Amino acid sequence: MTIDWNAFTPISALAGGVLIGLASAWLILANGRIAGISGILGGLVNRERGPQERRNHGWQLAFILGLLAGPGVWALFYVLPPIEINASYPVLVAAGLLVGLGTRYAAGCTSGHGVCGLSRLSPRSLAATLTFMCGGFATVFIARHLLGA
Amino acid sequence: MNRVTVSAFASGLIFSVGLLLSGMANPEKVLGFLDLFGAWDPSLALVMGGAIAVGLPVFTLARKRERALLGGEIHLPTKRSLDRRLVLGSLAFGVGWGLAGFCPGPGIVATGALQPGAAVFVLAMLAGMFFFRILEQRTH
Repeated sequence: MTIDWNAFTPISALAGGVLIGLASAWLILANGRIAGISGILGGLVNRERGPQERRNHGWQLAFILGLLAGPGVWALFYVLPPIEINASYPVLVAAGLLVGLGTRYAAGCTSGHGVCGLSRLSPRSLAATLTFMCGGFATVFIARHLLGA
Repeated sequence: MNRVTVSAFASGLIFSVGLLLSGMANPEKVLGFLDLFGAWDPSLALVMGGAIAVGLPVFTLARKRERALLGGEIHLPTKRSLDRRLVLGSLAFGVGWGLAGFCPGPGIVATGALQPGAAVFVLAMLAGMFFFRILEQRTH
């Protein structure tokens, strides 16, 4: 392993992380909800019929709209940071299907298990986080160093 | 629009700005972090660290509270089991994350930044979530 010091951005990473933590902290304290993005999306996709579930759709949709609006609000004040997508469309489709299915089976993703779950010191979320991190490390290792993609 | 939806929108907006600022919304940056055996960019470990430093005291407090500030219950997950679904699901998610450099939140944020590739990822992700529901209905 060699550290790429040129790419290392500790201050913006830490500051961005603190904002993510504040957003999650706000949602649990004010709304009483976990800021787990796959769970929130899953709640909207798999629209349940019961009155309890229908009541959730309002805040879930509002949270997703907030995520979508972020870049627009940012662009009012600053130039947007780079978003470099080098994967081809077929790879993006395969990745999306795996992420969609996987996060629903695991009941959480980087936000729900990684941020909120680890903040709750949940052993289940720790296991999930270690597993998806290892899956990511292994996939990039195979793609970049074995297949040379 | 009531207070609950305005509050959730604000949380999503702050979350989105955090993802943009941290570099999490940039797939190349994410892949640089996941490339542990190449030229490794450790930045994103600090994103998780910063988020948990704020989250840890607040979730500890939330566990002790009876009600949310806007009323209603505080919904904390109750599942404890470390089962096959958790591990295999997380593994599939990790492979998808490593293929494209997108996890769910950043995919949506990059779609909001009008990136066509991100929109393709998000549509496929929604399809994956829909398949999950179909598979679940078959087994029950």
